[in-house]
Amino acid sequence: MTATTDRTTDHSRAVADGAHTHGPGQGVVPAGSRAERVTSFDLADIPVPSGREEEWRFSPVARLQPLFADTLASDGVAVSVEAAAEVKVETVARDDVRLGKAGKPGDRTAVTAWNAVAEATVVTIPAEAVASDVTSVRVDGVSSVATAQHLLVHAERHSEAVVVIDHRGDALLNQTVEILVEDGAQLTVVSVQDWADGAVHAAAHRSSIGRDARLKHVVVTFGGDVVRITPDTTFTATGGEVEMVGLYFADADQHQEHRLFVDHAVPSCRSRVTYKGALQGSGAHTVWVGDVLIQAEAEDTDTYELNRNLVLTDGARADSVPNLEIETGEIAGAGHASATGRFDDEQLFYLMARGIPEVDARRLVVRGFFAELIDEIGVPSVEERLLASIEAELEKSMSVITGVPAAAE
Amino acid sequence: MSTLEIRDLHVSVETKEGPKPILRGVDLTIKSGETHAIMGPNGSGKSTLASAIAGHPKYDVTAGTVTLDGEDVLAMSVDERARAGLFLAMQYPVEVPGVSVANFLRTAKTAISGEAPALRTWGKEVKGAMANLRIDSSFAERSVNEGFSGGEKKRHEILQMELFKPHFAILDETDSGLDVDALRVVSEGVNRAKETTDVGVLLITHYTRILRYIKPDFVHVFVDGKIAEEGGPELAERLEDEGYDRYVGTGATMSA
Repeated sequence: MTATTDRTTDHSRAVADGAHTHGPGQGVVPAGSRAERVTSFDLADIPVPSGREEEWRFSPVARLQPLFADTLASDGVAVSVEAAAEVKVETVARDDVRLGKAGKPGDRTAVTAWNAVAEATVVTIPAEAVASDVTSVRVDGVSSVATAQHLLVHAERHSEAVVVIDHRGDALLNQTVEILVEDGAQLTVVSVQDWADGAVHAAAHRSSIGRDARLKHVVVTFGGDVVRITPDTTFTATGGEVEMVGLYFADADQHQEHRLFVDHAVPSCRSRVTYKGALQGSGAHTVWVGDVLIQAEAEDTDTYELNRNLVLTDGARADSVPNLEIETGEIAGAGHASATGRFDDEQLFYLMARGIPEVDARRLVVRGFFAELIDEIGVPSVEERLLASIEAELEKSMSVITGVPAAAE
Repeated sequence: MSTLEIRDLHVSVETKEGPKPILRGVDLTIKSGETHAIMGPNGSGKSTLASAIAGHPKYDVTAGTVTLDGEDVLAMSVDERARAGLFLAMQYPVEVPGVSVANFLRTAKTAISGEAPALRTWGKEVKGAMANLRIDSSFAERSVNEGFSGGEKKRHEILQMELFKPHFAILDETDSGLDVDALRVVSEGVNRAKETTDVGVLLITHYTRILRYIKPDFVHVFVDGKIAEEGGPELAERLEDEGYDRYVGTGATMSA
């Protein structure tokens, strides 16, 4: 019982000017160019959505409704930072001049998060500094009051660091994560959504990448009822590079949505996007939308995005929509691929026919599905935790197979 | 000395139109060290026999028995059958992305023997077996069957047969799609396993050419879901000359 849909497109030889918008699985071309979507710091410019809008059509808007409000509290989460010795941490007022430099909000939750927040956490990696350790930002849910929170990770020129943002507990959180990677800096940001059941989390990640700078942006989503993350990345000068990696694992009635936008506004930048997800249980829903825009000036762009989903049980749904807009033919490479497959009974039979018990065989297949991606994260503590989380998720589906409650093992 | 005994086996396959009977009463006894060739035209049910013995969920045993030294094989799960000593070299080996050959072989060996193989000797054994089958050592780090050519997949199947040391191995059209060189390499692997482990072999094939390399003790002709004729190696030679026409051309099904 194998049902896999594969879509691979190579646009490296595309020559059409602005005429090529590609969105398999949609049936219709999205209204206008991604570049035309309204972005603004002003609440009035981005109204409360009905749910029919392109950027909300997959989302459980009713659950997110409290986060659309003009005002939000600030005490629903507790933020604490354990920083590497070289890294500076501050809490600043919302009018701090460093905020708002990584682009403007692009949807309702992003604009309400920006306007509602009272203060922000700023993590600065000073120029030339090489952080000797991982910097951990913990965001603990302490109450389920609709809350706004703002974090700026600022890698000054030629600095190097790894920052892990760790979300736990129960919360109703509307978050902004700004990421500034200045010239020549190398930054890894990992956002782990390990929420308890019940949590609702909207996050706008806005990244700006300077000349010859490199950002590795990692998103790991396991917990919470609703998680909707919109990582926007823009290049401000030539030679920039972004690697975006995502892993998600949705259980029954979880909604996990990742909507990416990479804006190639300048020449000679590189982007690689790889997101993989597994789904199990009735009502598990994942959404991946990958928008890449190569503007007319962005010659010599090199981009590739990939999304794969592994559906482990009946009743789960994975939506996957890659969009590539190319406004210049003078590019180094552009492509995307999307595939969603069911757990393959033939794989299971093959492994079991070699003596491997069903539970171990399933574990092998799912680990194998994520293996390559986990290696790419490059932060050992996160990789280990991820493997453990995948094990824990698998225990849930194993208990269905074996009839042994998950806690018993 | 082990015995695999198949008695009056009836098997149906699930189709959209409902269950369709494929095997209609197969009787076959294989002892350790023996090599039985099952030959027959396409659609006669040869591969169904292989899959049913291994326990593929698509096939439904409606009557009959399969026993291994008296133990009821049909009551065992797929993995239990493998651990009991049955091995199926598949006609279409399945890709398992992200699972390396080395990890797969070690995991399977551990499951079959009930304990992890000794690290140092196991590494050597795998390396040696791969070299014998002309499998490049880089395959150890590749994902199982992913991007393998047809010949590489078949050699990987025989590699497992050599390493897992089953009591009985069913080779389901292992020869199909192989060029002469690959056929020789694969056959040498099967013969090595026969010499070193006394494995009983059930060799399922459409063609006679593999029988030039792997000598059968018994040949069974499979037609319309049952054995139509049985004999020694000379039967294979006759089939080589005459083909299957005399079984299917007249519609005559000779009883065994």
